[in-house]
Amino acid sequence: MKILFFGITRDIVGETMVDARDLKEIGTVGELRDLLNAKYPRLKDLSSLNFAINEELAEDFEAISVNDEIALIPPVSGG
Amino acid sequence: MEVNMERIIELVEDLDPGKVYDELSHPGSGAICVFFGAVREATKKRKVSHLFFEAYENMALKEMNRIADEIEQKWDLNKVIIKHAVGNKKVQEPVVIVGASSAHRDSSFEACRYLIDTLKEKVPIWKKEFFDDDEVWVSAHP
Repeated sequence: MKILFFGITRDIVGETMVDARDLKEIGTVGELRDLLNAKYPRLKDLSSLNFAINEELAEDFEAISVNDEIALIPPVSGG
Repeated sequence: MEVNMERIIELVEDLDPGKVYDELSHPGSGAICVFFGAVREATKKRKVSHLFFEAYENMALKEMNRIADEIEQKWDLNKVIIKHAVGNKKVQEPVVIVGASSAHRDSSFEACRYLIDTLKEKVPIWKKEFFDDDEVWVSAHP
């Protein structure tokens, strides 16, 4: 799976994109959230953090497949 | 409901505010309503040097199209425009243009307000404010 980082999450993680095909043990959005929060604790300080699967917002219970494009969506601030 | 609403939806490095009248003009439209968002020189009395905008482009365009789908159902409109800038923007530069044209003014006024409010709430675009000695992603922290 490909994980994209936008806005402040890119600054926190220090990457724009990670190819995470090795993360076979990650089954759901919630599991990925827990893994990233453990590795990058500053993610937990954000007002909110949503995840998108293939350009659609996804809930924590939703399943992730190896070919999915995942994106971290911190609070949006366009306009 | 109007079934032939035309839409102009773009993410661009440079917005051209001078084109918007022609873009929204339509023989069936007696009203054109446009909102411009621009870079303000200060936030909470701190001087802003510039703003930086980034977008999750494919998802942003998808969400912008979804907003157009919604307003097409809500109002009788002939044309809609939703354009947002990406990259660095200086004070007074435009960063977003939304607008609508319709036979009469009520529809385009209401649609225009809905366009900017919904864009700010839903479209995955992020703004970083640059100050002389600091930089802050807007709304990131409580």
